[in-house]
Amino acid sequence: MIDTALHPARIERTADADTLRISGAWITASLVDLEPQLAAIEAGPNTLEAADLIALDTGGALALRSLLDRLRDGRGEVVVQGLREEYRELLALVDARLSDFVCPLPEKGPGTLERIGRTSFDLVDDVVGLFAFIGEISATLLVTLRHPVRLRWREIVDTLHTAGVNALPIIGLLSFLIGIVIAYQGGVQLRTYGANIFVVELVSLTLVRELAPVMAAVIVAGRTGSAYAAQIGTMQVNEEVDALRTLGISPLEMLVLPKLFGLMIALPLLTMFADVLGIFGGMVMAAAVLDVSFQQFFARLPEVVSARHFLIGIGKAPVFALLIAAVGCYQGFRVRGDADSVGRQTTVSVVQGIFLVIVVDAAFSILFSWMGI
Amino acid sequence: MPLLQVVDVDCRYGQDTVVHNASLHVRKGGFVSLLGPSGCGKTTILRAIAGFEPVHRGEIRLRGETVAAPGHSVPPERRRLGMVFQDYTLFPHLDVASNITFGLRDRSAAEQQRTAHSLLELVGLAGYAARYPHELSGGQQQRVALARAIAPGPDLLLMDEPFSSLDTDMRERLGIEVRQILAERDVTGILVTHDQLEAFASSEQVGVMHDGRILQWDSPYNLYHEPANRTVADFIGQGRFLRGSLLAPNALETEIGLIRGDRAYGWPRGTTVDVLVRPDDVLPDEASELRCAITNKAFKGAEILYTLKLPTGTELLSLFPSHHEHQVGDSVGVRLAPRHLVLFRADRAS
Repeated sequence: MIDTALHPARIERTADADTLRISGAWITASLVDLEPQLAAIEAGPNTLEAADLIALDTGGALALRSLLDRLRDGRGEVVVQGLREEYRELLALVDARLSDFVCPLPEKGPGTLERIGRTSFDLVDDVVGLFAFIGEISATLLVTLRHPVRLRWREIVDTLHTAGVNALPIIGLLSFLIGIVIAYQGGVQLRTYGANIFVVELVSLTLVRELAPVMAAVIVAGRTGSAYAAQIGTMQVNEEVDALRTLGISPLEMLVLPKLFGLMIALPLLTMFADVLGIFGGMVMAAAVLDVSFQQFFARLPEVVSARHFLIGIGKAPVFALLIAAVGCYQGFRVRGDADSVGRQTTVSVVQGIFLVIVVDAAFSILFSWMGI
Repeated sequence: MPLLQVVDVDCRYGQDTVVHNASLHVRKGGFVSLLGPSGCGKTTILRAIAGFEPVHRGEIRLRGETVAAPGHSVPPERRRLGMVFQDYTLFPHLDVASNITFGLRDRSAAEQQRTAHSLLELVGLAGYAARYPHELSGGQQQRVALARAIAPGPDLLLMDEPFSSLDTDMRERLGIEVRQILAERDVTGILVTHDQLEAFASSEQVGVMHDGRILQWDSPYNLYHEPANRTVADFIGQGRFLRGSLLAPNALETEIGLIRGDRAYGWPRGTTVDVLVRPDDVLPDEASELRCAITNKAFKGAEILYTLKLPTGTELLSLFPSHHEHQVGDSVGVRLAPRHLVLFRADRAS
């Protein structure tokens, strides 16, 4: 081990203005001292006296190389005197390998403003794409409705089964629990005023008009919308969608329409089921804590829930179904390349599906209040 | 009128132009190939013809009708062409017969059955109608995919590396079979492949692609013996270049002496040129004064491919008949007999 304190690396001027002398141990440990000395060197001297150099490693050789480059600086060769043979070899080796060591600077990422811009553009692209897709579906729909035989009825029945029947248990259970929660949380407040009986309005109206359609739609978006995205995405990766198209079959007609129709039938039915189970949950809770018996509940129910409320709730369901199926299929078709992309687009389909359902539900609320119904 | 015309087409992915100025014409009933290393843009051209990729410049005409131009594209399902993919892409939940008749949903059940039956016979899979894709070998699946693609009766069939997952033997055999099947049904075929033997075995015309450009569009014979430029010469077949100096329009002086050919080049005398030497241009000749050392040997059955080192250090490849058995390190006498003189100017890139 060479002590850099004993043999400091030095670059010194000599009496002769054309000659520089270097001395000491030019090793990696002494680079710290060398840096400022190197920076102070200007072109001019054409001879380097290196006889006093007592050690050189690759780090030192690199420093020596940059010193020589500085001295040269576009002029002629610099003569190195007194450099020991093994040091000369090391210097030549470093010279030869220098080009291998060039490491590119990491590219500067885009700035905040640029990222905001890009994200906005992507978002607009996505929205425009979705609208265009819904437009395409509508056009295909019109053509298909003229030839209903071409509709794939078996697939529609299949969708009814997987998206509808299979979702009954989970939707039923959750609606039942929500009914209980609403009845309990609201009922406790009502009891303070002795207005226990109004729990019927509370449970049935919130469920029938808002909660049942939205909840059923959210669950279906998570269960079925994602499945659509994954199924079409996988077909896209396997080039099955391309294969379909070269066989003269429109993937919209083949893959999207049956799902769309199936879901538009299934979701209103699921919503009705959620209505029933949710109100039942409320009834159970009302009987257990609020002293409102089943008979009282049933007697009051038809008075407060008119057909109008019921239809408003059910009427939203096909719109939600359309959105969920369209977003799921659209994201499926956006899959590019590998299985990774399938996962990504599936996630996006769930998030967008739920988001759109809630936004459209809010829009419906505003519309209905404006229309006074 | 050609069935398919691709005129000055550019294709882009984002900002990258992956196909430059591609033009090709395919006559009805023909069978052509696009040949090139992976990433050269051959699949992109095929997908543009199918309608999966938009064209950025130029146009594609199918049966005289423009199907693709910038901002205009007839969707694939309305182009009435068939396509066979690299990974077969059979529908896994359907049996073989249903896969084949998938594009015939508008026809009667009896007709579907008839078509499936006759196509299965055509591709040599009679009796497999009720099997499922996962029960078939790769070669069988690709035959089913072929039957499925031609079932709707397209007049143009696009094939994207259809045999690359098969073994070499099967690949060439299936390539020739496919050409016969297509000829029988009067279907035009375009094959995309990186395997020159596959392309040569089946095609009447081959386009060699490199870096998004079609470098030469010619018959396999001409591609091999009269390559248009150095890249094609390098990619097609095996061969080495010998540096030399032009003495006369059809003769040049090289390190192994005078080479005289049957073709004249109009460059000035003394031009430095590279002559292409194919393995079949170097013949064994024990009487020859030109002796080389064998540095490598590959037994190919009917022939042996030797890598020879000239006294000057330049390497040549040579195909000897199989009974010319030598060991690595032996010295053999050879004679150069280039049938065609293929020269490239050493001072130009191509």
